[in-house]
Formats: sequence, structure tokens, C-alpha cells
Amino acid sequence: MAYVAIADRDHVLHDPETFIRKYIWSQDHKVIAIQYSITAIAIGLVALGMSVLMRLQLGFPHAFSLIAPNNYYQFITMHGMIMVIYLLTALFLGGFGNYLIPLMCGARDMVFPYMNMLSYWVYLLAVLVLVAGFFIPGGPTGAGWTLYPPQAISPGTPGSSWGIVLMLVSLGIFIVAFTMGGLNYVTTVLQARCRGMTLMRMPLSVWGIFMATVLGLLAFPALLVGAVMMTLDALLGTSFFLPAVISMGQPPTHNGGSPLLFQHLFWFFGHPEVYIVALPAFGIVSDLLSTHARRHIFGYRMMVWAILAIGCLSFVVWAHHMYVSGMNPYFGFFFATTTLIIAVPTAIKVYNWVLTLWRGDIHLTVPMLFAIGFIFTFVNGGLTGLFLGNVTVDVPLSATYFVVAHFHMVMGVSPILVVFGAIYHWYPKITGRMLNDTLGKIHFWLTFLGTYAIYLPMHYLGIMGVPRRYYAFGGTTFLPDSVQSVNAAITISALFVAAVQLVFLFNLVWSLAKGKPAGGNPWRATTLEWQTPDTPPKHGNWGPKLPVVYRWAYDYSVPGAKEDFIPQNQPPDDRTPAAHEQVPAL
Amino acid sequence: MSLAVAFGALLTGIVIWALLARRLTAKPWETSAIPPEQMEVDSTAGPPPAKVGLWAFLAVITSLFGLFISAYWMRMNHVHGVSDWHPIIVPQQLWVNTVLLVLSSAAMQWARWAANHARPDHVRAGMLAGGLFAWAFLAGQLFAWHQLNRSGYLLDNPAVAFFYLLTGVHGLHLLGGLFVWGKTVIAMARPRVELVDLHLSVELCTVYWHYLLLVWLVLFGLLLST
Repeated sequence: MAYVAIADRDHVLHDPETFIRKYIWSQDHKVIAIQYSITAIAIGLVALGMSVLMRLQLGFPHAFSLIAPNNYYQFITMHGMIMVIYLLTALFLGGFGNYLIPLMCGARDMVFPYMNMLSYWVYLLAVLVLVAGFFIPGGPTGAGWTLYPPQAISPGTPGSSWGIVLMLVSLGIFIVAFTMGGLNYVTTVLQARCRGMTLMRMPLSVWGIFMATVLGLLAFPALLVGAVMMTLDALLGTSFFLPAVISMGQPPTHNGGSPLLFQHLFWFFGHPEVYIVALPAFGIVSDLLSTHARRHIFGYRMMVWAILAIGCLSFVVWAHHMYVSGMNPYFGFFFATTTLIIAVPTAIKVYNWVLTLWRGDIHLTVPMLFAIGFIFTFVNGGLTGLFLGNVTVDVPLSATYFVVAHFHMVMGVSPILVVFGAIYHWYPKITGRMLNDTLGKIHFWLTFLGTYAIYLPMHYLGIMGVPRRYYAFGGTTFLPDSVQSVNAAITISALFVAAVQLVFLFNLVWSLAKGKPAGGNPWRATTLEWQTPDTPPKHGNWGPKLPVVYRWAYDYSVPGAKEDFIPQNQPPDDRTPAAHEQVPAL
Repeated sequence: MSLAVAFGALLTGIVIWALLARRLTAKPWETSAIPPEQMEVDSTAGPPPAKVGLWAFLAVITSLFGLFISAYWMRMNHVHGVSDWHPIIVPQQLWVNTVLLVLSSAAMQWARWAANHARPDHVRAGMLAGGLFAWAFLAGQLFAWHQLNRSGYLLDNPAVAFFYLLTGVHGLHLLGGLFVWGKTVIAMARPRVELVDLHLSVELCTVYWHYLLLVWLVLFGLLLST
């Protein structure tokens, strides 16, 4: 049951009057979304820079003296953590979640605007604390993004004194920020939808973001528990995780801790985290495909149920990351089974995306290209997941480049393609101007093909047995010389793909001033955010009256309709065919 | 642990499904013929967002403490050679503290009852008593820490470390509640304040207090039994 009163009351609109209140300490969800996005993209570029440095070392070992082994491990760690948490999670939920939820639900703002504002500033603090790791003695932690103890807090690991502490503190702060934002997103979806916007009329973008937020709220505490306990191990000498280890000839300072306990906690968060990133991408890509194929989403109800099923199942698959960690073998059997089960709702979604395109009026716009690119990439990454989900196949592939290729395809490239598609799609609403189409297509093709040039060969390296995390390969006789040639080629592709992103950044800035004016609804889309009285939407989004919703979000190419789309807020009238005349969906 | 989680997930799924089955089986592609003024949504219907937000927050806290308790069990049963887990005798002070927290919760409930029955004086008294008992509980917890420390227990015993950790995290959550309580009490002291403006704050504080009492009873039971 929606509760529109809070969203419709004038006094909660808190119209900003000064520059600072409008753009800095803003409580407007759209400004907060942009703040989140800019910060996430900025820190993401830092992580991209680190991946370039890592690739230079792997492609041309020892050619660059600035990349010492310690730096390499620090780059690995920071790259992974930033990309997963500080870029993707923050961008999908803090960025797109903030922008889209109130607009797509027909609300004026989030239900707790002040807390929403705090959420961004606490997130920024988390980023600053993380970055501070580069400026302290010993540098940031180099424990790998999973931060496994005892290595993470043992002498000899880069950043094992203060780098790891800053990382853990930063994660704790991030979780506080996420919780403040997440409570807002969940409550807004449940309580601030406009009249007529039933749960089953919500666009799939909102469903994806909503469920991802629920996962985040329930899974991030596991990371917090692990981070707090490891901080105590590092600073106060407790032995939650740290076993008795004789390090560098010194007697042990800890007793009996359980490193496996940390792994359980980490992956109890870590696997839902995959879906915290994936579910918003699933939702957004559904909307992109439907809008640009001018066809209703195939199997809307199945799509919603699949999102819910994936969300629930994502909590019972975590230990498939730990097949080689020394668990009871029966656990492996259990988690392999649940891992294969979660492939079912995921496959339903893939089939439905393809069937949405079937007999659609496909417009190969830039957002559509990225959406189709996502389907290819996600299927690729998903199929290699079937290999790694099975214990007997996983064991020889563990800790090889096959794993690196798999998770980059499924969790790196796939969601990033959706991020790009979404930015090309909603940029006109956010700024009032279109992004340049030619630059967008160049950006898509070079990024799409370039990433395949990076990650397809990595599968081959993995099957050859090339281990991941190695700074350099020397004396490994089982690896032929061709491995180095492949590594050099991958590095060249990676440098190329990184450089191509400059085209995107240029397009973002250039189009802000020179882009073609977009008008209110350039894609002729049905969802509410395209029906605002102003573009970009003003504070409060809807002018004096909230919209009323009469239909679902996917009335495209309805037979007999005057246009090939019917906005959600258009009342039924003579020109609109009756329900029974419309094309039924599943 | 995995089976417990699987069972919990299944149960949660069934409950969510039962609650939402009707809404999630709607056929949204059928255009509604109902005029907007008769649509299911009504501006006065449904609980206030703050209440929903609090329940969502309680779910987050449940996850947090559930995971702390899981970690406690797993660490306690982790034996590699000779176990380093040495059970401790919990300070007797905890019994007194438990009574204080029960009184605090009861006082909050009194304030909530008074708010529902338009008795502003009783609301003030209940809120003040509830907060003061909570502060006393926190002071008592610090005293229990002091007692434990004086008993010679060291942090290298994970049972001791967990004692500090669990009581500390619970105390921090109560401190957060006391921040909101402080804001409510200050608002109550303002002249011309209407009870209706504070009703929701009182109710939310009470729900939060009861919940933290429940968490404490679980933690105390865990500490006593292990």
C-alpha cells in the first residue's frame, strides 16, 4: 500500500534557495544522485588507472621500475575493492537508485531527504579514508580484495600495519552510508509511490534496485562483522581470525583464530554483493531493451519473480567461493547444488530479454547496443560460472586466470556495459541534452570488442594453468612462451580500452554544452520519469500535482493505439484499446 | 550454519510470498478501468514512512547480531589442536543491568500507552524514566567491563573478546537510541508542543527499546549458557 502523503506535502519539499543548499548540502534526490555518480566515477577512474599499471607489469614485466611487487599487490587490492564497492555498488544504488526511484515511482523525493544527503557525505568520507591509504607510511593494504587473514594483518604483507586498518574503517563507514541510503530506497519504494503505481506496475529498474538494496541491507552487516573483528585482531591483539603463526622467526602473538570464519563472513556478504550489482543491471537492461525495441518486456511477472528468487537464493550460495578453503566436502555438494539452482531464474531472465527482442521494432541506438552487448557478455560470464560452480571442475581452475576472466565478464564488463547504456539513455533527462550519437557508437564498439580482446584470451590462460595474483612468471616451466605473448596482447587491448573511455568522458562534457536539445521524452518512453513537466525535472519533480498511473510500464506498440507507446500516466480513453484487445504477456 | 541459513531463507521466502502473493500475481498489462479517485492508494493509508524505515532498520540489526552470534558459535567450536576458548564466569552485575533494561523498556511502554490515551504528563514521566534506566544500564555495562577486567581475564581468550564485542555493539545501538530519545525529550520540553507531534517519536523509541531488550536477552542467554 503506497503512502503518498509524505511525498505530496509542501513542507517536506524544503526548496533550496542558496547555491550551497542547492548543489552542495542538497537534499534533492537528483542532485544527490549526481554527487554519488561523479564521486563513484572519479574513484572508478583511479581504479582503472591501477588496472593499467598492473597490466603494464604483466604484459611487459620489469620494464617499468615504478611498479614494485608491493605496489602490484596494492593495486590489485585497491582496484578490486574500489570497482566492486565504491564504484559499482555506489553508482547503481546511490547514483541510479537515487535518481530513478522517486521519478519512476511518481514521488517528489526520497522519504527521508536529510538522511539521504547524509548518506552521500558519509560515502564521500569513506572514499577519502580509503584514498588516504596511499599517503600513509607503508601505503594501502595489498592483501587482495578479499582481505583474507592471516595474510592481511601479518607482517610482510604490504600495508599490514595501517593500510589494512584504513581499508577496514573505510568499509565500516561505507556500510553506514549504504544503510542510510538503503533504508531510504526501500521505504520510498514501499511508501511513496504515486496513486495507481502498484508493485506490479513498477518498471523493472525499480524492482532490480529495490531487491538489490534489500540484499545490501541484509548482507553488508556480514562484512561489517568481519571488518570489526579483524580491526580488533590488528589493533588489540584479539584472536578472532588470526591463528598462531610464527612470522619472520618471531613467536606467535595470537592463538587459535579461525581464518575460515572470516572467509564465511566475507562471502556471506560477497556473494549477495554480486547480485547487489547484477540486479539493478538486470532491471535497467530490461527497460532499455523494451524501450528501444518498442515492445513490451516479455514475461514481466516472471521477471519480477526471478528477481525475488535470485535475491533469496543469493544468500545460500556463498561457499562456492571456498571450495579449496578446506571445508567439509558435503558443504561443497550443497553449495554446488544451490549454485546451479540459482542459474534457473537467471536463465529465465536471459530468455525473456531475447524474447523481448523477438519481433520487436529494434532501434540500434547507443543504449540498445550496450544492452545487447550486455546480454552477450552476461551469457559468456554466466556459462563459465557453470564450470566454476561445480566442485570438481573448480578445483583445478581455482586461482587461475580462468576465474579472473569469469568474474570480470560477469561482474565487471556486464554491469559496466549497463552503466554506459543507462547513462546514454537517461543523460537527456538529467541534462536536457542528447549525448553525441557517433561518439557513442564509437565508444560502444571499441569498448565491447576491446573487452573481449582482453578477457577471452584470459580463459585460455586459465585453462593453461596460469596462476592469478602473480607479479611475474619466472621459472614456471609448464607455461610455454606463448603465455607471455598473450599477456602482452591483453595488455595492449587493456590500454586501448582504457584510452577509449576518454571518448566517453569527452562526450559527457562536450554534450553538456553542445549536445542536441533532448526535449522531454526523446526515446518516446512510457515510464514516469519521461513524463515530468520539466526537463531536467525541477525540485519536487512534478509541479503542483503528482502523476496518476493507469497502466504498466511496457505499453509499446499496442495494436490500435495512435502512437507506438502509451505513457503510464495516460488515462484509458477511446483511443486506447481495451485490456482484452492488448497483446497479453506471460 | 548453511542449513540454518537455507531454512531461514526458505521461511522468509514463504512469508514474503504469502504476504505478497496477491499483489505479485496481478496482471499489470491489463489497463485499469478504475477511476483514479477509487484506486487502491489512499493518501492516509498505510503506516508512516518512519515506522517502515524503523522496521527495515531492525531487519538490518537482526542480520548484524545474527551474524555476530553465528561467528561466536563458529569460533567457539573452532578447535585446532588445543582449544584456546576458555569459558568465563559472567559478572553478576549483568543481572542487575538486565533488570534495568527491562525497567527501561517498561517505562517506554508506559509512555507509549500514555501517548495513545492523551496523557502528556505520563508520557513525559515514562520517557524520562525509560531514558534514565537506559543510561543506568549503560553505566552498569561499563561497570561489568571493569569487573571482568579486574578478574584478570585477558583479550587473548576469545570468550573474553566476544564478551566485550557483543556487549559493546549492543551498547552502541542503545546509545544511538538514546540520541533519538534525547531529541524527543528536548522537543517535549519546548513550550506549546502538542502531544500529537511527539506521538510517533514515542512509539518508535518504544519499539526500538523493546527490540534492543530482546537482543540483550538473547545475548545474555548466550553468554550465560556458554
